[in-house]
Amino acid sequence: MSTDTRAAEPVVDYAEVLKKYDPVMGLEVHVELNTATKMFCGCATGFGAEPNTQVCPVCLGLPGALPVVNAAAVDSAIRIGLALNCEIATWCRFARKNYFYPDMPKNFQTSQYDEPIDFNGYLDVELSDGSTFRVEIERAHMEEDTGKSLHIGGATGRIHGADHSLVDYNRAGIPLVEIVTRPILGAGARAPEVAKAYVGALRDLLKALQVSDVRMEQGSLRCDVNLSLRPRAQDPDAQNEVPLGTRTETKNVNSLRSVEAAVRFEMTRHAAVLNSGASILQETRHWHEDTGVTTSGRVKSDADDYRYFPEPDLVPVAPTRQRVEELRATMPEPPAERRHRLQSDWGYSDMEMRDVMNAGAVMLIEESVAAGATPAGARKWWMGELARRASVDGRDLADFGVTPGDVAELDALVASGRLNDSMARQVLEAVLAGEGSPVAVADARGLQLVEDDEALSAAVDAVIAANPEVAGKVAEGKVAAAGALIGAVMKQMKGQADAAKARELILAKLGAS
Amino acid sequence: MSSDITRASAAELADRLSRKEISAVEATQAHLDRIEAVDGSVKAFLHVDAQGALATARDIDQRRMAGEELHILAGVPIAVKDIATTKGLPTTAGSRILQGWIPPYDATIVTKLKAAGMPILGKTNMDEFAMGSSTEHSAYGPSHNPWDLERIPGGSGGGSSAAVASYQAPLAIGTDTGGSIRQPAAVTGTVGCKPTYGGVSRYGLIALASSLDQAGPVSRTVLDAALLHSVIGGYDPMDSTSINAPVPPVLEAVRRADVKGMRIGVVKELGGEGYQPGVRARFEESVQLLVEQGAEVVEVSCPSFDYALAAYYLILPSEASSNLAKFDAMRYGLRVLPEGVEDPSAEQVMAASRDAGFGDEVKRRIILGTYALSSGYYDAYYGSAQKVRTLISRDFAAAFEKADVLVSPTTPTTAFKIGEKINDPLAMYLNDIATIPANLAGIPGISLPSGLADEDGLPTGIQILAPATKDERLYGVGAALEAALVRRWGGPLLAKAPELSTTATSREVHA
Amino acid sequence: MSAISRDEVAHLAMLARIDLSNEELDKMSGELAIILESVARVSELATDDVPPTSHPLPLTNVTRPDVVRPSLTAAEVLVAAPASEQQRFSVPRILDED
Repeated sequence: MSTDTRAAEPVVDYAEVLKKYDPVMGLEVHVELNTATKMFCGCATGFGAEPNTQVCPVCLGLPGALPVVNAAAVDSAIRIGLALNCEIATWCRFARKNYFYPDMPKNFQTSQYDEPIDFNGYLDVELSDGSTFRVEIERAHMEEDTGKSLHIGGATGRIHGADHSLVDYNRAGIPLVEIVTRPILGAGARAPEVAKAYVGALRDLLKALQVSDVRMEQGSLRCDVNLSLRPRAQDPDAQNEVPLGTRTETKNVNSLRSVEAAVRFEMTRHAAVLNSGASILQETRHWHEDTGVTTSGRVKSDADDYRYFPEPDLVPVAPTRQRVEELRATMPEPPAERRHRLQSDWGYSDMEMRDVMNAGAVMLIEESVAAGATPAGARKWWMGELARRASVDGRDLADFGVTPGDVAELDALVASGRLNDSMARQVLEAVLAGEGSPVAVADARGLQLVEDDEALSAAVDAVIAANPEVAGKVAEGKVAAAGALIGAVMKQMKGQADAAKARELILAKLGAS
Repeated sequence: MSSDITRASAAELADRLSRKEISAVEATQAHLDRIEAVDGSVKAFLHVDAQGALATARDIDQRRMAGEELHILAGVPIAVKDIATTKGLPTTAGSRILQGWIPPYDATIVTKLKAAGMPILGKTNMDEFAMGSSTEHSAYGPSHNPWDLERIPGGSGGGSSAAVASYQAPLAIGTDTGGSIRQPAAVTGTVGCKPTYGGVSRYGLIALASSLDQAGPVSRTVLDAALLHSVIGGYDPMDSTSINAPVPPVLEAVRRADVKGMRIGVVKELGGEGYQPGVRARFEESVQLLVEQGAEVVEVSCPSFDYALAAYYLILPSEASSNLAKFDAMRYGLRVLPEGVEDPSAEQVMAASRDAGFGDEVKRRIILGTYALSSGYYDAYYGSAQKVRTLISRDFAAAFEKADVLVSPTTPTTAFKIGEKINDPLAMYLNDIATIPANLAGIPGISLPSGLADEDGLPTGIQILAPATKDERLYGVGAALEAALVRRWGGPLLAKAPELSTTATSREVHA
Repeated sequence: MSAISRDEVAHLAMLARIDLSNEELDKMSGELAIILESVARVSELATDDVPPTSHPLPLTNVTRPDVVRPSLTAAEVLVAAPASEQQRFSVPRILDED
């Protein structure tokens, strides 16, 4: 909960922003690699260990310790570069980024500066209308993560108002790959959507490469959003001659939704500042998911002189072209090809496939089908009830408590005739509430479609007898009136009947089928 | 008598131990007694670990009795410069900021010493974080030169050299970033070698300048240095800059000690103006001795060496400013709260602790290094210095086309008095003018005694340099020269050093 | 270029997190100026055609396999901590938001 009492900053209506300004974005994504050990030492990287139990002289920065590069991390970095159509450096080095912060054991981060391992790439991102937007990738480089701090004493658990902090260095030294885009130009009104689609596409790509868990809510995929506005040119072809405006960097963007919302918000905030005649303060801002605004963080100044120099404790990394080709052979299917294949396998129309992509559900459906769901069933659940709930809760589909396995199980229960649609919805509610897997819930609640034709027949007879006027209408041929009777039958059967069957029986008995 | 033991070289001790003439406990106790007797005046040690050393010694004696085959140096005691981490023993790097810090791990070289069964007598004094040429910058007070207690024993490894020169240990570990093994050797009449960069593991050595630091042997004879070099050298997977090759054949070279037909290069830029006459005289005589043994002298010129000092004093502070950033009072070390500040922030505590914990020379170099790396100045300072480094390597490469080894006086002067140069940083830096080029290029160098200067009767040293990975040449030429000099002197140079007064009578150990 | 003002030294001290006293600041700017003057000459020799050396020996591609090795225990690492709480390092309040 935010107890930020700072006054809300003015914003401009989104449509108005675009009349006067052209947005330019830069997206920096940090990927936490899923290697077994850290970037420069052999400590384990598993999530959830007791504090300060996955540390050693190297990652704790003890005097005398020295780093040694993790070969698997280099391979992952190269594969990421290949997937992003980058050039892979023939020779590159690590560099020290020097600054003081308690979660940094050496008070420098071993990273890469002007010699990254991957550079000059691009990612073609499909937007909701089916068009493709090319996001140019400037570079991707290797670096190490910092420790984690708990801030004690403040109201929000954040730094403001804390009286001391507690640091756990388990995370310090975990390998990261930072992917930096070139300034993203020409997105115009679609900038927020492009940003979201890029991060989503990147996430899917990295998942397919199996280099990371890419869970934004767990921090294995992090996104910083940079945004600036420049005046909109009269002639669209001359837009890129207009110099870039001052940019702000926004952190704490923890979901795809947040990416889109944060870009949108910053656009409206920058416009308000510029419209008032003031200039944008170059600073780092913090995104608040609950209130949907950014607030001022740290002012960027020359105090950020990182004094980069080549890391003397490490030697250059020079991937041979042979090694690069070996790694290229391990690359998964390119995303566009894969999507076409899946669409064809699943029998979806172009529109259906696009909706699925826009909802970020391709992987989820793929995994559900792999777990046994029918393509139609998987799409129905993910794009129907689950998408609706995700939207209400303000979360990404992938971050729900429902797994592809659950969906497959649910689909099977319906397909086997054990549950009807409304029963299945009940079960889904229960699964979301954490009551267990679909089968477990159905068992616990004794949900079972009644197969007993005699019981159904008896219920139909009873309902017909109790509703002579309606029955009469149906008998006359007003088939639509059967609806009320079907409803009554379902009620009598406590919902545990096949509605279609009930309808058939009613019509048959009334001689109207 | 225990003085027999302490006067013996490591090779002699090893021989007597293997023949069971003496026990490791006797050898260790004799040195512990010597430490008690003289270290009150020499102040070589920051920490003595009698218990640990004797426990190792007892273990070795037991194993030898049981017939186990042991390392040649098993039972030979050794002192370790307080820059190497020793698990369970305090490690301070000569600084207040690490006072009382007990590392949870051993440096690789310490692991090797333990594996060889060498009792570790204790940790020796040094200039704070190895920044200095006199040991006067130690936060714990200077060490004293056994030849004249009012004089410096050299630095930064003055404690190790003084310990060896005063017979408190037959061997010691030093580290050399710009001459910190070789220069103390020269001014104390002992032997010190800086191996090829990457030849000895840096894992566990508290870093000063990562691209220049090397650990190496400190001893009284060339053979002893070779023995120790063989123990500590070799590939270490924990050190990415470590060379994946066997230790060079240093022992073989000592045994051959043959300089016939070797080309000895005298470097024009090292040893001329600014060098004390007595230093130069002994140097020239040593070169002459090599000629008498069949070597040939050639003159070489390395013009970029005139810029070596400048490049060094940019590269070192830059790397050091980054290496020393970890001392911030958050995880270990001294924590000091700023005066008069209620509820200080982490940033304020860091700044107060570092101001209190670091000495003046360290602060100077950190500020200088921070400046040299800052945006706007990088190209002119650090960037340029790295280019000069390339030129220095090229000059060495050209010189080694014409010569098999290069020689020079190790230092421009003999040991100066304590306090003489402490207030003149630049004057202090000039002590390393002959030793620095080797660190910049990563090539190996050794210093051995070349005699006493006429004007003050103090030791002088001759430096021998070899191409990278050819450390054995240092030992071959060194051994040949040493033999000739010892013959001329009628005994080792150290025998001419004044006897130190003892503060306690040596105990005799009964087996 | 080789002069260094007291203000610059103060700024560098802030970057390096060392709380220098006024006396130290005065003394140091003088000492540093002398040193800088003597080292400034490196740029004379360092022309564009000379590549910089960051490592004395030409090693490349030194890596280790992605295999877990034993870590230290929390007790071992926290014993040296100036302050600790909940098995973590306790540090004073941090001003700078990351």
